[in-house]
Amino acid sequence: MDLSRTNFDFLGKRKIAMIGSGILLIASLSSLAVSGLKLGIDFTGGTLLEVGYKQPVTLSKTRKSLKNGGFGDAVVQHFGSSKEILIHIPLQKGVSSAHLSNRVMDVLNVSEGQNGEKLRVEFVGPQVGDELTEDGGLAMLYSMFGILIYVAWRFEYKFALGSVAALIHDVIITLGLFSALGLEFDLTVLAAVLAVIGYSLNDTIVVYDRIRENFRKMRKGTSEKIMNVSLNQTLSRTLMTSLTTLLVLVALAFLGGQSIHNFALALIFGVVVGTYSSIFIASPVVLGLGVTQADLLIPEKEGEGIDVRP
Amino acid sequence: MENRFPIWKNILIVVVVVMGLFYSLPNLFGEDPSLQISPQRNAPLDNSVLQSIEKALSDSGIKPISNELSATSILLRFNDTTDQYKAYDLLKTELGTEYTVALNLAPATPEWLRSMGGDPMYLGLDLRGGVHFLLDVDMEAAIKQAEERYTEDIRLALRNAKIRYTSVSNVQGAITVTFKNREILNQAKDVLRKELRELVLKESDSEIGLIAKITEAEKQETRKFALAQNITTLRNRVNELGVAEPVIQQQGNRRIVVQLPGVQDTTRAKDILGATATLEFRMVDVEHDVQNAINTHAPVGTRLYKERNGNPVLLKRRIIVTGDQIVDAASGIDQQGGTPAVFITMNGVGAKKMAKITRENIGKPMAVVYIDTKVSTVMENGQKVRKKTKTEEVINRAIIRDSFSKRFQITGLDSTKEARNLSLLLRAGALAAPVEIVEERTVGPSLGKDNIDRGFLSVMVGFVLVLAFMAVYYRIFGLVADVALTMNLVLIVAFLSMMQATLTLPGIAGIVLTVGMAVDANVLIFERMREEIRNGNSPQTSIFVGYEKAFSTIFDANITTLIAAIVLFSFGTGPIKGFAVTLSIGILTSMFTAIMGTRMLINLIYGNRRVKQLSI
Repeated sequence: MDLSRTNFDFLGKRKIAMIGSGILLIASLSSLAVSGLKLGIDFTGGTLLEVGYKQPVTLSKTRKSLKNGGFGDAVVQHFGSSKEILIHIPLQKGVSSAHLSNRVMDVLNVSEGQNGEKLRVEFVGPQVGDELTEDGGLAMLYSMFGILIYVAWRFEYKFALGSVAALIHDVIITLGLFSALGLEFDLTVLAAVLAVIGYSLNDTIVVYDRIRENFRKMRKGTSEKIMNVSLNQTLSRTLMTSLTTLLVLVALAFLGGQSIHNFALALIFGVVVGTYSSIFIASPVVLGLGVTQADLLIPEKEGEGIDVRP
Repeated sequence: MENRFPIWKNILIVVVVVMGLFYSLPNLFGEDPSLQISPQRNAPLDNSVLQSIEKALSDSGIKPISNELSATSILLRFNDTTDQYKAYDLLKTELGTEYTVALNLAPATPEWLRSMGGDPMYLGLDLRGGVHFLLDVDMEAAIKQAEERYTEDIRLALRNAKIRYTSVSNVQGAITVTFKNREILNQAKDVLRKELRELVLKESDSEIGLIAKITEAEKQETRKFALAQNITTLRNRVNELGVAEPVIQQQGNRRIVVQLPGVQDTTRAKDILGATATLEFRMVDVEHDVQNAINTHAPVGTRLYKERNGNPVLLKRRIIVTGDQIVDAASGIDQQGGTPAVFITMNGVGAKKMAKITRENIGKPMAVVYIDTKVSTVMENGQKVRKKTKTEEVINRAIIRDSFSKRFQITGLDSTKEARNLSLLLRAGALAAPVEIVEERTVGPSLGKDNIDRGFLSVMVGFVLVLAFMAVYYRIFGLVADVALTMNLVLIVAFLSMMQATLTLPGIAGIVLTVGMAVDANVLIFERMREEIRNGNSPQTSIFVGYEKAFSTIFDANITTLIAAIVLFSFGTGPIKGFAVTLSIGILTSMFTAIMGTRMLINLIYGNRRVKQLSI
């Protein structure tokens, strides 16, 4: 399989790509505005209880007994199998207790007729929930900012803007997918999004690097043509790396268990969207900002690849 | 421009790889279910104790694999968890309250490996099972207590200097002292300025008085001290709970992280950690009428309390002895009444005071007050409100029959459980300020084991998939990349083991991700080589150029992922930190193995030879 002689006119098709991305972005943003993100207790505060039983459990019965026990606003669902349930209890008005989990277990053990095993309990108080939300948002901002500076330093500010545009695009669409599919967004998913930022950038940098090299090497040709060539040259590598990364992530999604499932999904979305954006968002933005050979001619003195030519 | 590494480079790489293998070895040995037996207070810990334990076990048909006697504890290892649990139940009853018996998973690393610093990876709670608490220290309460202390100090300082004050009151941090006239006020000012330097004095506008406030610097000191003192007390309490390898750390400037691996009964842990129960001893006021006091108000020098059954009691204000002066406490049964009791030993100061008071008051009743403060944050009308409930009840009233000083007993407790908890709290010391549990994460042991199994499976399957793919697509070079990938994995494990960094489930995911991304560097290099070949360069040149040109790209790309990982590390807690750590380590090791490792191998295979075609 030889991907080297491809000659796709990526940049020529950029209008179509922009429209496509535009649609996805609008869809994501509207989903976020309308349905919002299903935030986990890490951000909202509350109690999460994962209970395992020897016999399968009927949710309707469980819900009723919880309601009778005074936990009317508890949300119950199966988690991984019919023998395991996940109970989510939002912060109770007027009652804040880390002892809540024990009371819930008492209620359940009576109603189910079998003693459940407390697999996992998480309680996040209101202050911590707020803090994590704030910290999470800040973390994303800091990393974007750090990246902006780094890319501007290594390449040029237009490239920095292109890369950040691609990242924001990736983050919004990933969040939009989570919102549209109703997947829970907890702390590990946020970590995955941050990892995606780093990874997607990885991709974009490789492309930029080639663009820079070609701008310096190719004496003639429009910016568009040079960038197209660069994209084609790096295509095989981009696809390869995405493929290997997706291989392991799919393994993780299927084999890693329920608790890490959403994390793996976020990474998978991110890698797919990130690969797309490296080609169809980052470079077009740079082109749109009017990049020329002059922008890249200032010789960089850090460890560059040696230009081995006679 | 030869494809050959200088000897030292080759040796360096080999050394690194060998060390990697060595330090990741401990992880293959797994863990033994074990019991950790620690003495409480002065209980003996020597061979005879060990032998009696072994005899008790063998009498019940349980044979431990081995035992270790150290200065602080005895460690018994068992074949499986069944034995472990049987032994746990047996020893808990046998050894009673003299020793704490704790369930533990001790690494089964052989001695020779351990002596060279080889340890297995440190597993996080989500892989081991256990509980993680985040406690918030009520700094406002700490400051308030300080204010009350200073109020007393002001009274004392003025009394000692024989300066008469009209009143002393504390209103929201401003301690106001009023005087009859200006002269006395100025005298007082001098005295207080000299004696109590931590206070800032100001003259009151509205009356002849001084307003004292604690300086901001002193407040900071108080807060820092409260936090440090709480950490010490919590450590004592956790030790009393008998948990193996607990983690108690400061987080930020007002929070404490407590991690208790292997703990299942979180109720008791929560009760103990947040408890502020303590005792106070006061004389009962027999001069005034209780009913009168209820109807009007308590006379000067006294205070109204309630007994457990609701009866009102009038006690003198003066505290004889407090919980701070209790140096030891043991729970048991009162000889005469058969009720739960706590046997108390006082320190020197407390003993002296107690001796004096009891000597002077034979025939009069003394009361024991049980004080407990609970803090919680609740949502009221969408706002966060901090609620504090303080319980102060008289649990015991007894006539002093005889002067006693150092040792005595308290009854009037609800149950043996309460007696046990109270004695533990008195032993471990009082919290400098109340704490509130703001975050709790518990993972049961079966889920922990599940997570390890699943995580391990994901890594293995992902790894094999990538290995196969690389070999097929890049042929010989692919195999070389596979070797590098294996070494990469080994190095990550070795690093984690050496640093004793915590491995969590997201951390394992980080390893999985690194496996996928690690090939990236190799892919970059190989694609470059392919391109050079296509451009008509000789094989040797292609190899050389491929490595050289790809380096800066690899570097740039990996740095950005590293930035994201560092941001994650700084903001994340617990499991997220684990992910950031493995991701960062993975990036560094993958750069090393991809750039240097594969190059060494390629040079060994192809370097310095006439090659017609590259198998790539």
